[in-house]
Amino acid sequence: MSVTLTNVTKYFGKVKAVSSLNFKISDGECFSMLGPSGCGKTTTLRMVAGFEDLDEGEISVNDVLLSSSGKKYYLPPEKRNFGMVFQAFAVWPHMSVFENVAFPLRLKKINASEIARRTTQALEHTSLLDVASKSPADLSGGGKQRVALARALAINPSVMLLDEPLSSLDPHLREEMRFEIKELQKIYGFSIMYVTHDQSEAMALSDRILIMKNGVVQQIASPLEVYTKPANRFVFSFIGLSNFTNMNVTENAMTLDGVSVPFVEGRAPSGEIISAGVGTVASRPNEIDFVDHGGIPGTVMRRTFLGEVTDYQILVGDQEVRVQKGRYVSGPQEGETCHLRFLNPLWFPVEK
Amino acid sequence: MLRIKSDKTMQAVKQKRTFGVAEIILLLSIAILLIVVVVPVALIFFNAFFVDGQFNLADLVKTLGEGETYQALLNSLFIASGVTLCATAVGTFFAWLVTRTDIPYKGFMKGMFLVPFMLPSFIGALAWKMLLSPRAGYINRLWRDVTGAEDALFNIFSFGGIISIETMYLFPFVFIQVCGALERMDPTLEESARISGAGLFTITRKITLPLVMPSILSGALLIMLYSMAHFGTVAVLGIEVGIYNIPTLIYERIHQSAGSFDSIRTGTVLASVLVVTAAIIIWLQRKILGSGKYQIIAGKSFRPMELKLRGLRTPLFIFCLLYIGLTIVLPTVTIFLVGGLKTYGIPITWENLSLENYKYVLFEWDQTQQAIKNSIGLGLGAATITMFSGVMISYVIVKMKVRGKGILEFLGMLPFSVPGSVIALGVILAWSGRFGINLYNTIWIILIAYIARYMAFSLKANSAALEQVHDSLVEAARACGASMWQALRDIVLPLVRPGMVAAFFLIFLPALRELTVSVMLYGTTSRTIGVAIYTLNEDGETVTSAALAGIALILIVTGQTIINHFAKTKQA
Repeated sequence: MSVTLTNVTKYFGKVKAVSSLNFKISDGECFSMLGPSGCGKTTTLRMVAGFEDLDEGEISVNDVLLSSSGKKYYLPPEKRNFGMVFQAFAVWPHMSVFENVAFPLRLKKINASEIARRTTQALEHTSLLDVASKSPADLSGGGKQRVALARALAINPSVMLLDEPLSSLDPHLREEMRFEIKELQKIYGFSIMYVTHDQSEAMALSDRILIMKNGVVQQIASPLEVYTKPANRFVFSFIGLSNFTNMNVTENAMTLDGVSVPFVEGRAPSGEIISAGVGTVASRPNEIDFVDHGGIPGTVMRRTFLGEVTDYQILVGDQEVRVQKGRYVSGPQEGETCHLRFLNPLWFPVEK
Repeated sequence: MLRIKSDKTMQAVKQKRTFGVAEIILLLSIAILLIVVVVPVALIFFNAFFVDGQFNLADLVKTLGEGETYQALLNSLFIASGVTLCATAVGTFFAWLVTRTDIPYKGFMKGMFLVPFMLPSFIGALAWKMLLSPRAGYINRLWRDVTGAEDALFNIFSFGGIISIETMYLFPFVFIQVCGALERMDPTLEESARISGAGLFTITRKITLPLVMPSILSGALLIMLYSMAHFGTVAVLGIEVGIYNIPTLIYERIHQSAGSFDSIRTGTVLASVLVVTAAIIIWLQRKILGSGKYQIIAGKSFRPMELKLRGLRTPLFIFCLLYIGLTIVLPTVTIFLVGGLKTYGIPITWENLSLENYKYVLFEWDQTQQAIKNSIGLGLGAATITMFSGVMISYVIVKMKVRGKGILEFLGMLPFSVPGSVIALGVILAWSGRFGINLYNTIWIILIAYIARYMAFSLKANSAALEQVHDSLVEAARACGASMWQALRDIVLPLVRPGMVAAFFLIFLPALRELTVSVMLYGTTSRTIGVAIYTLNEDGETVTSAALAGIALILIVTGQTIINHFAKTKQA
């Protein structure tokens, strides 16, 4: 089933929390909303769920209207038939695991044997059969979140709303649950609307990612495209570690804080080549090489061994550049001079 | 390295061997609790279970079976059950209304529903007596005048009357607990039910109510405990028509037969019943809170959904206002108006009202003047002593690691389960010369009883404050080179000071209006405000009694306002 948001806007007091959102989640897609806290992603999810009214715009599923500010029409959340998982688990401690999962089915007035069958199935798919009669209060964080997932699955929803479902779990478990959610999606075939502030989570799960800042959409694209063709500086910095280095560009020379440097090849995300003026080179720490000559000169301020990689903090002109190299690369020592070459950098206009 | 290690073990051994400060504090704490609480209660049990030095259970059972005693037991149980049911229903309903619906002026109403906490219920009972006593009550008279009926509209001197008045003043116990639970509850617990397809009514029934049930039950048990041991309302509204509960019967026996063995024995037997009941109730409450303490608290900022009352919004709002008007405004106004009359019973008109009684009570009559002085003095004394000993005892219980702490933990629980009339009887037994000191009929015996009565408040406030002070804070101070005493003085004390101030006022204000204990202990010069109001009313001096009650209300409300202001500026 597809979910369509048209011109959706939400104010909290005078603050525009969500600003003219337009997108469509297609059937079976995993769609993530990514952004720093307070960017409006959770508010958007709650508007889709029906917990928040809209100040402008409409939300519909398969052309059936759910919310419309113009028509003052809001289908209550309990009638939307969505599955939803919350950050803080929200499993009911006064019911057993089984009863938690059976709850939505009991409300649907289906017969007892069918309830038992579908509950058992959901519990089986989330590996909870063994603890079905326990109280969810006795389960670990991961167990509780599985109960919440099973409960959302029980009614076999066509759309699953996930509000930072993994951020209360420890990192190891988080990674494991990611794959489980993907597996469940394959079995049940629902569309996912996924809210997170963790970029690697969004990358791993999504077909498309929406990146949001202060209620405004920055980019909607596939994980690969977001990484390789970020729409702007904010998106670049939000997806992974980043360096921004300001440079002066003339016809056939470049200067960095007054020092003339070799020409840096690169492209702007929109495709055109930066010609002249002041620009910012955006680079990833692991996409910079140490070269013997022909690179940008710098001084190693600090060198830190991090295990998988060694982290270098390098002063280039008056600006700092971080470089990360695998531990087999013998890089320069602290205090030494070195030469850097950017691999595939991007050019952005200088931010004021 | 090895050297340092051996130094440390030496020190540890040294600390264990010497009889240090820790042990002194522990013993002092145990001594205070022993003298103030344990000995009186033990004497009560001794007198109840032993006759002529012999253990005699048969006699105890016989005493309990006697007509009046048995009837008082039944009455106590009946009144307490009725009050618990009504007050729990009222408290839960109002809590739900102000936290989960779109009723207007929530903040104001929440504040108003907590006002009965402040008002002494026996003053409320007095006001209702003035309004609804079958013959002279103003409302009943108005009713007869208007309708020409022979009978009163409502007779307040009845079980129904007593239960209604106690309900009015006790429902905040449930209200505050349930409000707290509903406000802290993670809204997503309800939202996830909603997205599962449940409507608001189903959610309230299947999710919300079960989740706050521990809070409802624990509040209900508090009400039960309070009502079982409650003196004032029954004394004002019941004694006149022969309705006694346990505390009023204890009072009656002790008061009328001036210390005869039989009356003391009946008193101790009844008191034992109260202590045992209270202990059971407190045990139950702890069990419920312990087992049912669901993790329903989360830090998400989204507000819980509100039920739109739509058409019911205005009627329910008016209902709340009426309730507040009827239970808070009307009785308070009645007290002040009757306090301004020349004699009780004349119509309340401008010509009949004056400030004469207030002047008389405040500036002319030495008996009431002395009562006010006594109450303020007793309040300050009890609050100061109890605050300091409470902080010491809590410190041992919460923070110290000494052997023998277990005894103190057990003793520290006792004050919570000893009702006022039991304490009064206990201090009579202990301080009437049995151990060579006779304080009977002096103000000192009341002070001792107050300390025992309010120790529980102090322990609660201080241990809550101390639990907030994490051990690592003291350890950090020690690591910086502070001695144990310096750490206490510079780190712990400043951090628990708000708890100590809270404890002080938690004791001072209730002590100002205390009745249950003082009424059993007062002598000719040691009347308290509560006793003066009560006895004046008994003697038929209704208007003077009302005037003094009015002054007490002003004192209490002023005090409470100052504290609230204090608490607010502290937070900001």
